[in-house]
Amino acid sequence: MPAPPRNPPAGATSPYLPYPAEIVEKRLESRGVYTFRLRFLDEVRHKNYDFRPGQFNMLYIFGVGEVAISIVSDPEIGETLDHTVRIVGNVTEALNRLDVGDVIGIRGPYGSAWPLEAAKGKDVIILTGGLGCAPVVSVINYITARRDDYGALKIFHGVKTPKDLLYRERIRAWQKDARTEVYLTVDHPDHAWQYSVGIVTNLFTQIQLDLSNSIVMMCGPGIMMHHAVRDLCSRGMRMDQLYVSLERNMKCALGFCGHCQMGPNFLCKEGPIFRYDRIRHWFETPAI
Amino acid sequence: MHTIASNKLAQLFILLKKQGYAVIAPALRDAAIIYDEVETPSDLPVGWTDAQSPGSYRLKKREDDAYFGYAVGPHSWKKVVLPPRMKLWAARREEKGFTISDTTEAPRKLALIGVRACELYAMAIQDTVFIKGDYVDPFYKAQREKLFIVAVNCAQAAETCFCVSMKTGPKAETAYDLALTEVIENKRHYFVAEAGSRRGAAVLAALSTAIARPAEKTAARQVIRKTAASIKRTLDTDGLKTLLYENLAHPRWNDVAERCLTCGNCTMVCPTCFCTTVEEITDLTGDHSEHWRRWDSCFTMDFSFIHGEGSVRSSNKSRYRQWMTHKLASWHDQFGSSGCVGCGRCITWCPPGIDITEEVKAIRKNPA
Ligand code: SF4
Ligand code: SF4
Ligand code: FES
Repeated sequence: MPAPPRNPPAGATSPYLPYPAEIVEKRLESRGVYTFRLRFLDEVRHKNYDFRPGQFNMLYIFGVGEVAISIVSDPEIGETLDHTVRIVGNVTEALNRLDVGDVIGIRGPYGSAWPLEAAKGKDVIILTGGLGCAPVVSVINYITARRDDYGALKIFHGVKTPKDLLYRERIRAWQKDARTEVYLTVDHPDHAWQYSVGIVTNLFTQIQLDLSNSIVMMCGPGIMMHHAVRDLCSRGMRMDQLYVSLERNMKCALGFCGHCQMGPNFLCKEGPIFRYDRIRHWFETPAI
Repeated sequence: MHTIASNKLAQLFILLKKQGYAVIAPALRDAAIIYDEVETPSDLPVGWTDAQSPGSYRLKKREDDAYFGYAVGPHSWKKVVLPPRMKLWAARREEKGFTISDTTEAPRKLALIGVRACELYAMAIQDTVFIKGDYVDPFYKAQREKLFIVAVNCAQAAETCFCVSMKTGPKAETAYDLALTEVIENKRHYFVAEAGSRRGAAVLAALSTAIARPAEKTAARQVIRKTAASIKRTLDTDGLKTLLYENLAHPRWNDVAERCLTCGNCTMVCPTCFCTTVEEITDLTGDHSEHWRRWDSCFTMDFSFIHGEGSVRSSNKSRYRQWMTHKLASWHDQFGSSGCVGCGRCITWCPPGIDITEEVKAIRKNPA
């Protein structure tokens, strides 16, 4: 697989500089979660901007600072460049105070990508929990736009309460596809809830998984992923079929600041997406 | 190889300054030997030495007038290429959005005098981080290319040094322009000088020197040999990466966590520690904002903070373990070498005197 793109290329100019981009759309996804559609002010930069699903950008808010946010739009639809942001912390709070027409800075893309080439022809199982599921949305969007390249798409999504459910509209759209199954579960249902209750892994028992021909991509709280890995492996899944997207503090995204380390891995370079067998030793060590 | 009489050392300073270099060298400040801009050799800590031990650093008078009769102090040369605070860029508000300007400063021509063997290794290690990776730090690279390096082979090691174990000293072996060995014997005081680059050779040729005689070369070799023999502290690096990777749950981490204050001194004085954070500074009008980088330490709680989750390494234990395993183990996977050059600074400047070599021995004695 070709290496994911980098912007700017090594040595071209200072890699620290963000480039101004306008907010062209701001959309509420769920409580405290927004998707920002951005457009570089420099048309040429916008046109040439390239990335792979799973990669992220550093977004800069004037006078406040930078934050790492994953890109959720389709790389082949050059027009759009979407970032789904959970409003938590001072930079995202400042971003949330901005609106359409305001300008922020972007530098990127950075990091590793989901194994979308390797997953071709296979069933894809997506597992997300909590509010941190933006990174997998890029994958779901990508696959639903290229439905014939992939087998079944099974999306498992678990949140605390129905109010935390992200992407209600999108979920409805995904559910329309005959070969896409969406399984939803909450810890605390309300009276209107019509899906499952309990942790995400409970859902595995209810359905048929073609484990030998599947690739699993997951993102969410550590506890959820630990459970899911254990559960899937006990059902006969190999660790090299599992991919996880991880989170760490990131100050530079360039391999310089040291903040994103997890054992020998820099999450901004080798991550944020890892094949599970390659990160296992570190992922399974608490507080590493 | 040439010899330079000790009273001719000033010529080197004059020549380098004439070539446009500012001279940075060891100097006495606030009861320690640090690196600062100097004018002449008399600004060096002539006749002084340092007594170092875990958690302790004291200056002492020597019995001779050695210019370089001490080991390394609290400063390291990283401050030259990776300044403790540096402005990376600035933003100015415009009618539509803002513009960003690169504020990377132009590097100065700097002559570093008295760079020790372990420090040369430390610089090479940081080069791997900032120049040889996917991205290049523009200031680091530009400043690095503007350095003239005068190495000094150690005639006096500290009790905390363990460069011999780390194979980084006490003789300068990696890239330098000039290397000096200070010899004081039979009332003679001179330097044996060796050029390590064409620039270095040109500088050497312009000084009053003499061709080193075999006896003088032997004397210089003896100085280094004696220093090496005086180094008693050791770190067994054999299989160290695997040892630490397999002992992430070793009870010794709890033990050291009880002693460690998580003050971060060790990371500040370490010549290879490169972690930084960023700060955004706005002016009163709100129209200008600056993006600054400053040294950071993996010993702070903030370092691994994730919004909505808290600090990944919230315990002392996890933070000390991160630091030590990074230095001695994961650095190999990341950058192809150890992250420790055995300079001993982290031992000397640790208030409770935690000794990285002792911590390794404790784990080695009783591995999982
Ligand atoms: S870890 Fe300690 S001994 Fe090793 S290079 Fe850093 S300061 Fe020197
Ligand atoms: S090891 Fe020593 S110097 Fe380092 S953080 Fe702990 S107490 Fe401070
Ligand atoms: S975010 Fe700075 S090293 Fe990865």
